[in-house]
Amino acid sequence: MKLLSKALVIAWKDILSETRTREIITSVLVFAVLVIVIFHFAFDGSSQEMLELAPGMLWVTFAFAGVLSLNRSFIKEKEENCLEGLMVCPVSREAIYVGKMLGSLLFMLLVEAVVLPVFALLFNVSVISLPLIAITLLATVGFAAVGTLFSALAVNTRAREMVLPILFFPIVAPVIIGAVNASASILAGDPWSSMSAWFGIIAAFDVIFLVVSFLVFPFVIEE
Amino acid sequence: MKSKILIGAGALLMLAHLYAIFFYVPTDAETGVIQRIFYLHVPLAWIAFFAFFIVLVGSIMFLWKRDLKWDRLSSASAEIGFLFITLMLISGCIWAKPVWGVWWVWDARLTMSLVLWFIYAAYLLIRAYVSEDGQRARFSAIVGIIGFLDVPLVFLAVKLWKTQHTGLIVFEGGLVSEMMWTLIVGIVAYTVLYAILLIKRVAIKNCQNEVNILKNMVSGG
Amino acid sequence: MKTATDAPAIEIRGLAKSFGNNLALGGIDLEVETGKTLAVFGPNGAGKTTLIKILATIMQPSAGEVSIGGLKLKDNAEAIRSRIGIVSHQTFLYGNLTAYENLLFYCRMYGVSNPAERIRQVVTMVSMEARLRDRIGTLSRGMQQRLSIARALLHQPDIVLLDEPETGLDQQAISLLWQTLKEDGDSKRTVIFTSHSLERGLNVCDDVIILNKGKIVHRQSGKETDISGLRQAYHCCTEGNGEIAV
Repeated sequence: MKLLSKALVIAWKDILSETRTREIITSVLVFAVLVIVIFHFAFDGSSQEMLELAPGMLWVTFAFAGVLSLNRSFIKEKEENCLEGLMVCPVSREAIYVGKMLGSLLFMLLVEAVVLPVFALLFNVSVISLPLIAITLLATVGFAAVGTLFSALAVNTRAREMVLPILFFPIVAPVIIGAVNASASILAGDPWSSMSAWFGIIAAFDVIFLVVSFLVFPFVIEE
Repeated sequence: MKSKILIGAGALLMLAHLYAIFFYVPTDAETGVIQRIFYLHVPLAWIAFFAFFIVLVGSIMFLWKRDLKWDRLSSASAEIGFLFITLMLISGCIWAKPVWGVWWVWDARLTMSLVLWFIYAAYLLIRAYVSEDGQRARFSAIVGIIGFLDVPLVFLAVKLWKTQHTGLIVFEGGLVSEMMWTLIVGIVAYTVLYAILLIKRVAIKNCQNEVNILKNMVSGG
Repeated sequence: MKTATDAPAIEIRGLAKSFGNNLALGGIDLEVETGKTLAVFGPNGAGKTTLIKILATIMQPSAGEVSIGGLKLKDNAEAIRSRIGIVSHQTFLYGNLTAYENLLFYCRMYGVSNPAERIRQVVTMVSMEARLRDRIGTLSRGMQQRLSIARALLHQPDIVLLDEPETGLDQQAISLLWQTLKEDGDSKRTVIFTSHSLERGLNVCDDVIILNKGKIVHRQSGKETDISGLRQAYHCCTEGNGEIAV
């Protein structure tokens, strides 16, 4: 598919650029681990209490780290007006959206892949389970779908860094609620039937907002 | 002329509504006098959500037609809606404290309303941060559309969340006919109020727009 | 896609663009024949950049019709983009990547066959072979601009748009630019460039228009440019003594 192949070229470009400086990954990673540590200072309870709080802390960390890395996504395109350079290429505007989204998705997943074991270490929980990885993947797709759209929007406003969180957090509330509840069920060892609905809600969110962002993205970048 | 009729009708309806709230409707057996806030709270809630629906309509129409008049409609409705949702949340809290003993609970309806408040706030803040008219209109239209789609999902998510844990029961029981009528009069009265505010606000925005056009003409030469 | 041999490369009818209440372009009618070079002069805010952006399909017109290479802009934006190259005062180059990686990226975006070969060609044209493997961020502004020209020519566009290209270029680089444009590809390349400096532009163009406040206030075609008349028309615009009838 032409759109996908061009999108992959854009994503490759972002990945290549990131491997040069590693600025997104390192700063977001350090931030994420810091947040977890601060949570530990803030909520120092019994191991049972911490286990109950763990999913919430994990997803707050992922949400804040996600916003940080999404913010960077379009700032790079602003330098030397590279976004216009992309718009002049014979690719659809939607391909630009998909390309940037895939790049952001990958960065967020990489950060999460490192944060999860650290989290397991500090909280003495086991995180290497398929359902937990699945829910992390699903929820991060939701973050990336909406976050990429809003990041492109935010970079064109006066208060860049502040605009993205203001837009992002209310909209991804269903994802966070779903992810926290599902993670809690997973860590408690609940059967699949009790958490399948959460997967359903997040999946529905992903589908709806991938489609809508895809359709609406051209309006953000084109005057 | 039409707006005068509307204002007149609105005033009458409001007076009728106030009369109904304080004199016509019987006091609720369970919760007492405080329950009368219900007749204010529900119309406010209705308008808060309806106004956001108008924001959605205006947003879609603007992206389709690119006529700034739709943006003026959306933004006017958003301002009014934001006021109403704020009042709705406050009135809800005032009602909750004597009845439930707490100012706030995190059930589906309240949480959804709170998230909508934040989406409204985001919509208005975006407008403050973008100076160029067309860009501002495009960006807020996008926030309006995404926001509207998000609200039912928030409701579903919280609903599911709260059925898995025990929570406070929000509102039960039937309505006697006087209550029903008072409620209906209230909803109609507040809808008329919203319409009046919307018409006036859009008219002001139209005037501002005309002034800007004239300014451009004068300075442009 | 072949165009009819006598259809102009660029046809503009009634083009208008407004930003909110601000009319950036109002009623532009213009034709540019294939292979010609058009110079667009005008003071700041005249609408030159807006015109270029619309032709580059970066911006949508508010009204009017634009045809490029026989294709209508509204329905064929993607196809048109594969035939246009644009050089602006921003380079569209990514600072973290090397010159080679940047050019490879654009080759892939434009679907250039045999990218390695083509990159070598364009880089030789702008005399940047030595710095091919260096990161853009480490290069001087003039070098970046030269690579930007290389980038614009990768896909051998029929039509090249230049938005005040001489900003930040020294005289040597400017002559290199015009030389490269003529060298690469066939002579049927149509060029439109904007400038607010009359002297620099005049000796390279075939036709001239002057934009002021979004309208064409002066046209001149052919090499028989009456310099003094042109200069007078231009100075009238920049001093704001009202419009000159077209």
